[in-house]
Order: sequence, then structure tokens, then C-alpha cells
Amino acid sequence: MNLTKKTMSDLYAMMVRIRYCEESLVGPINTGEVKTPCHLYTGQEAVAAGVLAHFTDKDHVFGTHRSHGHFLAKGGTMRQIMAEIFCRETGCARGRGGSMHLVAPEVGMLGAAPIVGGTISLALGAALAAHIRGDKRVSAAFFGDGATGEGAIYESLNFASLHKLPMVFVCENNLYATHMPIRACRNSEHIAKIAEPFCIKTWRVDGNDALKVHAAASEAVALCRAGKGPAFIECLTYRFRGHVGPDDAIQGVHTDIRPKAELAAWLKKDPIVRLERYMLGRKMMSAAGIAAIKRKAEAEVADAISFARRSPRPAPRDLEKYVCK
Amino acid sequence: MSANRRLSYSLAINEALHQCMAADRGVFLIGQGVNSPWYVGNTAQGLLERFGGKRVIDTPVSENAMTGAAVGAAIAGMRPVVEHPRVDFMLYAIDPIINEAANWHYMSGGRSACPVVIWGIINRGGEQAAQHSQALQAMFAHIPGLKVVMPATPYDAKGLMVAAIRDDNPVVFMDDRWLYRDEDIVPEKIYSVPIGKAAVRRKGDDITIVASSYLAREAVKAADILHHEGVSAEVIDLRTIKPLDTAAILRSIKKTGRLLVADGGWRSFGVASEICALAAESGIGLDRPPVRLTLPDCPAPASVSLEKVYYKHCEDIVLTAKKLCAR
Ligand SMILES: Cc1ncc(C[n+]2csc(CCOP(=O)(O)OP(=O)(O)O)c2C)c(N)n1
Ligand SMILES: [Mg+2]
Repeated sequence: MNLTKKTMSDLYAMMVRIRYCEESLVGPINTGEVKTPCHLYTGQEAVAAGVLAHFTDKDHVFGTHRSHGHFLAKGGTMRQIMAEIFCRETGCARGRGGSMHLVAPEVGMLGAAPIVGGTISLALGAALAAHIRGDKRVSAAFFGDGATGEGAIYESLNFASLHKLPMVFVCENNLYATHMPIRACRNSEHIAKIAEPFCIKTWRVDGNDALKVHAAASEAVALCRAGKGPAFIECLTYRFRGHVGPDDAIQGVHTDIRPKAELAAWLKKDPIVRLERYMLGRKMMSAAGIAAIKRKAEAEVADAISFARRSPRPAPRDLEKYVCK
Repeated sequence: MSANRRLSYSLAINEALHQCMAADRGVFLIGQGVNSPWYVGNTAQGLLERFGGKRVIDTPVSENAMTGAAVGAAIAGMRPVVEHPRVDFMLYAIDPIINEAANWHYMSGGRSACPVVIWGIINRGGEQAAQHSQALQAMFAHIPGLKVVMPATPYDAKGLMVAAIRDDNPVVFMDDRWLYRDEDIVPEKIYSVPIGKAAVRRKGDDITIVASSYLAREAVKAADILHHEGVSAEVIDLRTIKPLDTAAILRSIKKTGRLLVADGGWRSFGVASEICALAAESGIGLDRPPVRLTLPDCPAPASVSLEKVYYKHCEDIVLTAKKLCAR
């Protein structure tokens, strides 16, 4: 795997931007300044950054309730996302959607929405559109392990395969769906296997290793562009924060049911630290280079938060403005 | 046993489940979050420990099949309660609810029944936006074969859950997270509140306010404020949306001559519209045209600045009632 220095540092910078975005929200969520339910992406950055590095602005992506990372990695701006999370008129959905409805059609982020499994068939539709128009676009659906409970995913796998649609199914298997450990939801932790009966090529990768995700996605996207889709990538990962909010202090009680030792073990596999070590070890980046990327991300996030704070909330008279076009 | 035992709305539901499951081995609970410390508040507390994992089943995210399973188990002779932490998630289950459960008794010529409770929790506000906010009582009430109940008080929350479980038909039980902390006197023994019977919460002569669920609570508060401002409001808490207690509504508007209907659903083709149509068709001459107080025909917004004008509360009822009563 021979990534150029530039590709690798871009990948790293994207992950750092996502991390700083997420962690900057912890304070505002805890003080109540941010109310919209935030399902933080901290810990899973390698997936969005690694997969979407292969997507152009013309390619299409649909996300979920946990899509801050997908939005940024698809090219949405820090100001747009922050203003949306603060529910301001300047946000990507003009304050109508909040954290769970991130959209940037101008860069192919067609939308995120929190009905579990609900956007998988929408990404199928985007792939179908590309197929009919023959325009070589690829589409991706991001979803969690929990979404494999919904029937729509199997219907989508079958149809995508039947018509060889250019669609990448990206499962972020973080071992939990809300309060349910994966083994309370399904008898196997191996999710990629669900695609096999549909004759779909699958990859199962360490989702905390940005380079492995990047490599798998490179093959998957190439397959789709060559008209040999669909493709299915399972990324094994873990969320460092609560299901919703920083630490699942829902209704004031600490309710994260995950074993502390398990979380601690995963924290050691921090995808950002791992890529950092890899690059430093191979002298692909200097400590100063890393510090510069972090400083830049920090400044970008600070600017976006201050932009969000000084932006107006939607005016009450505009409540019904976007019901229909 | 104390006669004045107080219980919260959510624990009243919990008690109904405990007592029904203890009384009838055919009753079981299936749905997301019944084994979660937060997902369904405390409505499911203690059930798993007491009745075991065969009868208290937390599920994968599979609304369609889980609801279908409850419907099928009902047809096979059990009395399942299938729970959805939000009404929005229940939309994956529209097929088993409408095509199967609602039609089942009729299309089997009355030879097979479907005594299932479909429990959908309304959970909105807090900048959750369009897919985490919906109150779809009108949609379910539109369907022949379904009953729809919406308790406003802890007493009714328990009594209507018991009635829904005992009913031989599919019943959609819709409760509201905004009421979960309300406390009131709730008898400890098992009892049921009849389905199809409204309750007069305040007696009055100037205006009839018909409401249900959260807005029935708000209407009672509104009536007390209106009373101080010289308006005598009668509050009818529907308790059951379908079958509608038409007699209670008509009796009241005959007396007051003014009708305000408050409903937490959307305006068009909604519960409020149905009640206004009922009043119009009754031929009872109202002194003023009836008024609907509902959500606008608009998805739930995220921003709190829009939520403030979107959702209706006590103040909106007071203002609307005063306008309607002004000479
Ligand atoms: C149809 C539907 N059912 C239930 C929910 C509630 N819910 C929100 S997130 C979630 C779990 C999702 O788990 P997973 O897909 O693994 O994603 P993760 O949160 O782990 O990223 C559930 C059940 C929902 N949003 N939509
Ligand atoms: Mg998960």
C-alpha cells in the first residue's frame, strides 16, 4: 500500500478535524447550550475519512443519526455543521434539522437521517440513478451494526446485486446499538457475511486503522466504478462516547452499560494516535507537521463555533417556509 | 394499602403491565428498550426480573417483524404488548398494524381475532426534529378495526393499558413522554378505564374544550386560568380517540354553544377536524364557528426558536378560548 505523503496527511487531517469537531461539542452539550441530540463520532473517524477519501463531490452519500464524521469527510464545511448543531439559520439545514439531519447536496452529501436503516434504500436509489444515467457516480450508505436488524437492508442488498449497482454498503460495527450489545441483537458478530448470499463482494477491516479502511474502500469503489458493484465493507470500530451525548448521562443518570475495561482497551486503539505513530515511525510526517494540523483544526472549530453562536436562530415567522418547494 | 397512593404516569403504566402479566400468562411484552435504563423511562422496570426473558423481550432494531410477531402471537391466542419507544419508529410496522391486525377480524369473517396492544410513545421537543417527534393518532384512528387510546392522567394511563390488554381487538396505546413525571392518586388494585368513554375534567358553560393526552392536561390548566378571567370552560378529555365518545362531546356543545378542539397532531385531516365535522353534522347550532388548535401542517423543526411556536401548550389554549368567547 503506497499512499503518497499528501494522501496520508489529508487522511490524517480529516480525522483530526472530525475529532476536534466532536470533542468541542462536549462542553456545549453539558451546559445545555446544544440541545439537539448529538451522537458523537469520536473513535470512528477512520471509517468516514478512509472511505470518503475515494469519493468526489459528484458521488453520493447518505448517513445516519451518527453522521457528523460523514458530513465533514464528504466535504461539508465546519461552519455549516456547527451552525446546524447549534440550530441556527446559517446551518446546513437552516436549523430545521439539527445534529441528525446533515445535508450538503453541493458536495454530494445527500443527507443523514436517524431512522435506523432508513437511508440505506435511499443510497440504493442514488446508485440506481447513476446506473440509469450511466454517469459513473458511486453512492454509499453508512449504517451501524444495529441497522442489520431492519429488513430494508436485505431488500437493498438483493436489488443492488441484481442490477450491479454502484453502491458501497459501509457498516460501522461498533458492537452496540443503543443499550444493546451486538450479541443481544444477533448471533454472529460477523456482519459482512450478510452480503455473501447476495453474491456481493465483502471486506471486513479494522475500522480503527485508517490505512486498512482506505485500502478496502479503494478496491470497493473501483469495483463499483467498473460496473461490478455493489460492495460491502464492514469496519470494526468502537464509539469512545455515549450512544447519545458525551457519556450517556441521559435524563441525568449515567447509563452507559459498556464494561469500563472494554472502553479502556478500545481507547488504546485510537485511530488518530495509530496513524500518527505510523507516519512518525516512517518519517512521513514530522511532529511539527502533526502539531500544525491540530492547530489548524482547532482554529477551524473555534471559528465555526463562534460563527454558530453569532448566527441567528430561524425566525418564528419562517416556521412553515420549507414544507414544500 | 393506602387509598391515596400517588404514582407517576410512567409508573402507572408499569404497574398495569405488572398486574396484567401476573394475572394472565398470555400477556407478554416485546419491544425496544424494555431492558434499558432509559429508553422507555421506567415503564418497564422490574418486569424482566419478575417475569423472565421469555415474556419480556428486548429486541433488535426490527420494528416490522417484531410488530408482526406480536400480531401473529395475538392471532395464535396470546395477548402481546408490542412497544415502540417512539411513534416515528413504528412506521416500519405499518404493514402488520394496518394490513394485518386492523383487518384481521373482518377479513376472517369474525372467526379469528387479534387482541394485540401496539404501544407507541410520543417523544418530542429538545430539537429532535422531524423523525423523532411525530404524534400520529389521526393516522391510526383513520383505520377501521383499530382502537386508539391516549391517556392524559396517571389514573387513565394504568386503566387504559389494562383495558387495552383485555380488549379483544388491536388497540393502539399512545402515551406521552411530556406526561411521564405527572403524579396523581392511582389505586393499587387492578382496574380498567372503559375504552370509548371520555371524561369531563372541568364543568363549564361558556365553551367546550375537547382535548386528549398532553393537551388535555394543558386544557385543565387553561380552564382554571380562564375561570379567573371570567370564562367558564368545560374540558372534555377524550381518553379514547377511537371509538370517539360522541355523546359526551355533543352533550357539552349543546350546553356551551362554543367548541375548541386541541390536538397534538397536524391540522389537516386530523382528530380536531373529525370532531368539528361531528359537531357540524349534529345540527347543533353553535354560537361561533368551531376552532381547531393543532400543530400547523409542518414537520417538526429542530431549532428551539421554531419549536416554541410549533408546539401548543396551556397559554395557546387560553388565548384561543378567549378569542372564541370574546363578544
Ligand atoms: C427505526 C428506528 N428504530 C429505533 C431507533 C432508535 N435508535 C437510534 S440509534 C439506534 C441504534 C443504532 O445502532 P447502530 O445502527 O449500531 O448505530 P450506532 O448508534 O452504534 O452508531 C436505535 C435503535 C431509530 N432511530 N430508528
Ligand atoms: Mg452500533
